[in-house]
Amino acid sequence: MRILAYIIQKEFIQIIRNKALLPMMTILPIIQLIVLSNAASNEVKNVNVVVVDQDRSEMSRLLTSKINASNEFSIVSSPPDDKSAMATIQANEADIVLQIPLNFERDYLRGEGPGIQMLANAINGQQATVGSGYLAAIIGDFNKAIMAEVPIKLFAQRAGAGQLLIASRNWYNPELSYTDFMVPGILAEITALLTIVLTAMNVVREREIGTIEQINVTPIKKWQFILGKLIPFLCVGLLLLTVGLTAGRLIFDIPMRGSIPLIFGYAIVNLIAVLGLGLLISNFADTQQQAIFVAFFFVFIFILMCGLFTPIESMPKWAQYATIPNPLAHFISVSRKVLIKGSDFMDIRMEFIYTALLAVFTNTMAILSYQKQE
Amino acid sequence: MIKVFWAFVKKEVFHIIRDRRTLLILFGMPVAQVLIFGYAVTNEFKDAKIDILDLSRDATSQQLVSHMASSGHFEINEMLLSENEMEAGLKEGSTKLVMVIPQDFSSNFYGASNVTIQLIADGSDPNNANTLIQYATNMINDFRKERLDQPANPYLVQVEMRMLYNPQLASAYNFIPGTIALILLIISAMMTSLTIAKEKETGTMEILLVSPLPPLLIILGKVAPYAVLSFLDAVLVIILGYFVFNVPIAGSLVLLLVMCLLYVVTALSLGTLISTVSKTQQDAMMRSLIGLMMPSMMLSGFVFPMTSMPIVLQYIGHIIPATHFIEILKGVMLRGVGLDAVLLEILILIGMTLLLLALTWKKFKIRLE
Repeated sequence: MRILAYIIQKEFIQIIRNKALLPMMTILPIIQLIVLSNAASNEVKNVNVVVVDQDRSEMSRLLTSKINASNEFSIVSSPPDDKSAMATIQANEADIVLQIPLNFERDYLRGEGPGIQMLANAINGQQATVGSGYLAAIIGDFNKAIMAEVPIKLFAQRAGAGQLLIASRNWYNPELSYTDFMVPGILAEITALLTIVLTAMNVVREREIGTIEQINVTPIKKWQFILGKLIPFLCVGLLLLTVGLTAGRLIFDIPMRGSIPLIFGYAIVNLIAVLGLGLLISNFADTQQQAIFVAFFFVFIFILMCGLFTPIESMPKWAQYATIPNPLAHFISVSRKVLIKGSDFMDIRMEFIYTALLAVFTNTMAILSYQKQE
Repeated sequence: MIKVFWAFVKKEVFHIIRDRRTLLILFGMPVAQVLIFGYAVTNEFKDAKIDILDLSRDATSQQLVSHMASSGHFEINEMLLSENEMEAGLKEGSTKLVMVIPQDFSSNFYGASNVTIQLIADGSDPNNANTLIQYATNMINDFRKERLDQPANPYLVQVEMRMLYNPQLASAYNFIPGTIALILLIISAMMTSLTIAKEKETGTMEILLVSPLPPLLIILGKVAPYAVLSFLDAVLVIILGYFVFNVPIAGSLVLLLVMCLLYVVTALSLGTLISTVSKTQQDAMMRSLIGLMMPSMMLSGFVFPMTSMPIVLQYIGHIIPATHFIEILKGVMLRGVGLDAVLLEILILIGMTLLLLALTWKKFKIRLE
C-alpha cells in the first residue's frame, strides 16, 4: 500500500509541475463548451434563395414577399431567367432556386393545379431536405391563405366530417433548445477524450526518456504501477467533469434533473475503462508519436460513432452493435439521460454494465501487457 | 548540398517506414474515416422505436397502429396499457416517441366530431424529435386520406423539388471534401509538428543544427516525406469516394490535385509554426489538437453548416484555412466549377500560406536556449 501511495504522489507532483496541464483542465473545457455548443448545431438558418419569377403577377409577388418575411430565408437576387439563377447556385451564393413559371396565377384561378419548381443545392443532403421542407411549408401556408379568400371551400373539406387533429408535445425540452441537448454530450466527450490522450502518452513518455527503467528495477508490482498511473488521472478526469458541469450550469443553464452523485458514480467507472484503454495503448507504443496516433485513431472512431452528432438509432444495425464497446457512447447517453430526463439508476443499468465490463477488460489487459523486461 | 539534403530526406523516410504502426494508422485512418462516414453517420432514420397507448382499441385504431408499423420508419416497441407507463420508455431511452390514440377513435374518426391524436416526443434530442413528429404526422394524415378518400384539390400548388448535385442525398458528398482536408491536416500539420518537437525533446535537434546542413534544408527535409505521404492519402480518399460512394469529380482533376498540393503546403507551414513554439511532443500535440484539429472540424463547415453559427464563430471560421480549402473542393469536385469561380478562395488560401510561412521564418530559431 505504501508503494502505491508513493507512485501516486510522484504522479501528482508531475501533474502539478506540468504548467500546460492546469489550464488544459480548467480553461480548455470551458472554451470548448462555449464554442462547440454554439457551432455544433444542425439547425437550418439563413438559407439564401433566388427567385426566378416569370409570372410577374400579383400572386407571385405576394409569395416572394412572404418568403422574404420569414426568418429562415433571405432572397438574394431575382434574375430574369434560369441560366443566371443556376450561375448563382454554382458560385455557392444561393442554396435554393425557386422558379415560378409563366401563367402561375392563371392556372391557380382556373384551378388547373398550378406548379412551382424548387432546385436545392443538395451537397449537404440533410440541410437541403430541411431547407426545402421549410420552403414548401411556407408555400403551403401561402396556399391555404389564398384559398381561404377564394370561394373554393367545396374541395377543402368533406361536408360534415370532423377533423383529425394531431397534438404534439416535446417532453423534457419543450422549447427544443439545442444547447440543452449538446452540452451534456460535449461534457462527456471532452472528459473522455482528454483523459485517454493524456494516459496514452504517459507511460510511453517514461519509456522514451528512459525513466521507466528506473521504475522497472524497483520492487513495484505490475498492478501497483498501473493503479498508480490510473488513480491520479482519474482525479484529473473527475476535476474536468466538475469544471465542465459547473460551467454548463452557470453559462448555459443546462437542466440537472437527475442525481449528480449518479453522474459522478458512473463517470468513475467510465473513466477507469477509458484510462485502461489509454494505458493499454501506452504499453504497446514505442514512441509518443505512435501512442498519439493510435489514441487519436480510437478517439476519432469513438467520437464519430458515439451519438454526439448523429443519433445512434439511425445507424445501420451492425454499427449500432459496434457502439457497445465504445465508452464514449455510454457516457454521452448517461449524461444526457440523467441531466435532461432525470433518469435513475435502473434506466441506465445497461450502460453501467457494459462500461463496467469494459473497465475490467481494458485494465486487465493493461496489467497483463505491461512488461517489466524488454 | 543536394546530396546531403537527399541523405537527410532518406533518414526521415527510414524513420517513417520503420514505424509500422504509425504508417498503418496513417493509411488506415482515412479508410476507416471514409467508411464510417459513408455507412454509419447518417441523420436519416429507419425503424425508430415508438410506444403506442391505444385507449380505444377498436378496428380503426388497430388499423392505424399497423399502418404506422408497416411503413419501415417506425417499429413498435411496446403497446402501453395506461398513461402511467408513458414515461418509463422515454426515460430509459428505449423509445423516442409515444402516440396516444383517444377513446372512441373509430366512431369519432368516421363521425362528425374532432379527434385528437397525441404525439409525445423525447425532446432531449431536438432534431430527432422534430423529424419524428413530422414523419408521424405525415403518416397519420396519409392514413386519414386513405380511409376517408378525399378528392384532390385542384387549387393546391404543386411543389416539385429537385436536388442538385446530389440527387440521392448521399452523405458522402458532404464529407469527402472535409475528410480530405482533415487528413491532410492530421498528417502534414500534426505529424510534422510532432517530429520536429521530438528532435527537440530527445536532444537530437542540437546535433542536426551543428551539422553543415542549413536550418532551412533541415526543415524542408523533415517535411518533404510527410508532404508526399499526405498527398497520397488525399488521393486515396478521392479514389475511395469515387469507387465506393460514387462521389463524382465533376470539375478538373488537375485543378483538384493542384489545390490539394497547395493545401499540403499550408498545412506543413502550420505544422512547422506549431513546432517552433512548442518544446515537447505533448505540447505540440495539444497545440495542434486544440488549435488546429478541433476548429478545423467544428468551425469549417465540414460537420456543421456555417450559416447557422453565431456571427463571431463565422468570422473565426473564415480565418481557418480548412474552410476555404473545403469550399474549393466542393466547388471543383461536386459543382464542377472552373478556376474563375473559386479564384477568390484560392487567393485567400495562398495569402494565408504566405503569411504562415513568413511567421514560421521569423519564429524559427537556429539556436537552442
